[in-house]
Amino acid sequence: MNLGVQLLQYTLSGITIGSIYAMVAIGFNIIYNATGIINLAQGDFVMLGGMLAVYLHNTLGLPLVLAGPAAALITAIIGLLFERFAFHPLKNPSVITLIIITIAASILFKGGAMFIWGKDAYILPSFSGDKPIQFFGATILPQTLWILGTLIFVFAALMVFFRFTIVGKAMKACAYNRQAARIVGINVNRMVLFSFGLSAFIGGIAGVVVTPIALVSYDRGALLGLKGFGTAIFGGLGNMGGAVVAGLIIGLLEAYAAGLISSGYKDAVALIILLIVLFFKPGGIFGRKEEQLLKAF
Amino acid sequence: MGYTDKLGNVRDTLRKPAVQSGLTFAVALIVVALVRNPYYVGILVFLGINVIITIGLSLLMGYAGQISLGQAAFYGIGAYTTGILTTRFGFPIYLSLPLAILFTVTIAFLVGVPTLRLKGHYLAMATLGLGEIVHIVFNELSSLTGGPSGFGSIPLIRIFSVKLDNDTRYYIFVWAIVALVLFIALNIVHSRIGRALKAIHKEERTAATLGVHTARLKQMIFAISAGFAGLAGFLYAHYVTFLSPGTFSLHFSILLVTMVAVGGIEHIWGAVIGTVVLTILPEYLRFFKDFDILIYGIILMAIMLLRPEGLYGIKIPIRRKGVHG
Repeated sequence: MNLGVQLLQYTLSGITIGSIYAMVAIGFNIIYNATGIINLAQGDFVMLGGMLAVYLHNTLGLPLVLAGPAAALITAIIGLLFERFAFHPLKNPSVITLIIITIAASILFKGGAMFIWGKDAYILPSFSGDKPIQFFGATILPQTLWILGTLIFVFAALMVFFRFTIVGKAMKACAYNRQAARIVGINVNRMVLFSFGLSAFIGGIAGVVVTPIALVSYDRGALLGLKGFGTAIFGGLGNMGGAVVAGLIIGLLEAYAAGLISSGYKDAVALIILLIVLFFKPGGIFGRKEEQLLKAF
Repeated sequence: MGYTDKLGNVRDTLRKPAVQSGLTFAVALIVVALVRNPYYVGILVFLGINVIITIGLSLLMGYAGQISLGQAAFYGIGAYTTGILTTRFGFPIYLSLPLAILFTVTIAFLVGVPTLRLKGHYLAMATLGLGEIVHIVFNELSSLTGGPSGFGSIPLIRIFSVKLDNDTRYYIFVWAIVALVLFIALNIVHSRIGRALKAIHKEERTAATLGVHTARLKQMIFAISAGFAGLAGFLYAHYVTFLSPGTFSLHFSILLVTMVAVGGIEHIWGAVIGTVVLTILPEYLRFFKDFDILIYGIILMAIMLLRPEGLYGIKIPIRRKGVHG
């Protein structure tokens, strides 16, 4: 294989993993926009989506077409319950308390998954076979196309949702200014609830589509969540389009680093980018400085 | 002098940092005289090491209103620095101690200075990222760190002619340092800086208006908390004499935050209580094997929902009955 083909191969795998980071980042953004906090259990939604799909398909024998959507839906329900039982009852909590609660939730999801499914890593079959497609000398797994397609679909659906539906518009209003949204009669509490459900749903979808190419186990959430957060910051906290672009960039850099430098350090790439962005351009690649000052959590 | 005056005097005396840390050391000595089983003394050594870290973390969380999810990384940097300096480069321990703390604090400054300039809780994320990076470096930089399997034969500490080669001696050494750390932390809390910090935590904008340099104070406290963690890492390295990356994982960082939060972030003693509970508890949770993580999650969630101010200062009903009856 010559260098050109090799680079193409890295590019393809970078886009694949970058799509997943983008979806995790979008999940962060949705909850951030509605509540102003960072949900440290976001990565665990991805883990839960993957685990549930494995359970429904491999153990209960549901066909993949049903198991996938069902897993994402159950994850969404878990997200809704999480908001109802852990966030909703709080009166005037401090941000530190909220952060610690998302940590506690993350530990609970992880511990619960280990309790139910043990420490083994599981895999799902690919959606449409494992026969690689030749592409200018490089090979693409069909699942790669599914992942990329899912990202495009999720992003487009969100754009439509936020632009054309009343609930979507209300959620967007909360993101701009919660106080003002409340004054014009938007039920902010309900929007917060929706945002947890939607965010968990997207996390669940990401978990379902990635499990055929990357194993899922109870402890996969933390690193995915962290990289997803790096992506969200890189793209500008709360910025959906930014998340997609940032996800692809981080995915590509990680794939090139793994292929050309050392695979041991590949996980550090996204984290180093996270630190660099926090230090030099905390508003993200698309953010303006004034905008950043408003975006604290 | 009336009875209440005397009681007030006693209370004032008890409030002094020197008295509190002196009493802590005295209690620690009594405990070790009662506990003879070396296994339990070993656990109490780790308790002391954990307390040093959580006291620092409590300053950061309770007084600077910031959260660090990478405290295990600073613990690890302290441990690896002294371990590598003493085994690979033949440094004496009295030099590796200040260098370990200095290096830890330097890293903390590099991460803290830019992040704490920002409003909000970016430090949580930056330290989370740092923690993972440090963990990756411990695993990958095999020539220095021995990679995933770690390295051993770190020398024992010798103070004049006494070699700290058994659990009881090390226990006394560690708890003397705990008392010192407690003394420093309580002094910070009771000082002008401590009051300024409380103000930051309560109302940052007001504090800034009143001339409190909020960012610089937060950076300072973060550096101190990292320094304590580095010191704890030094103590760990020369006690266990073997280091591997597993000890310094994200899991431990989160456990440390859990200890502080369960005990109560508003008070230094809360951190001590939380650390005692969550260090001793696992000994009774042996039959749960790996599921201790689930128990931690449940405890943390329950405390946050039912009593977000933590265990510290919880009223025991028996005492209240005594007052009335």
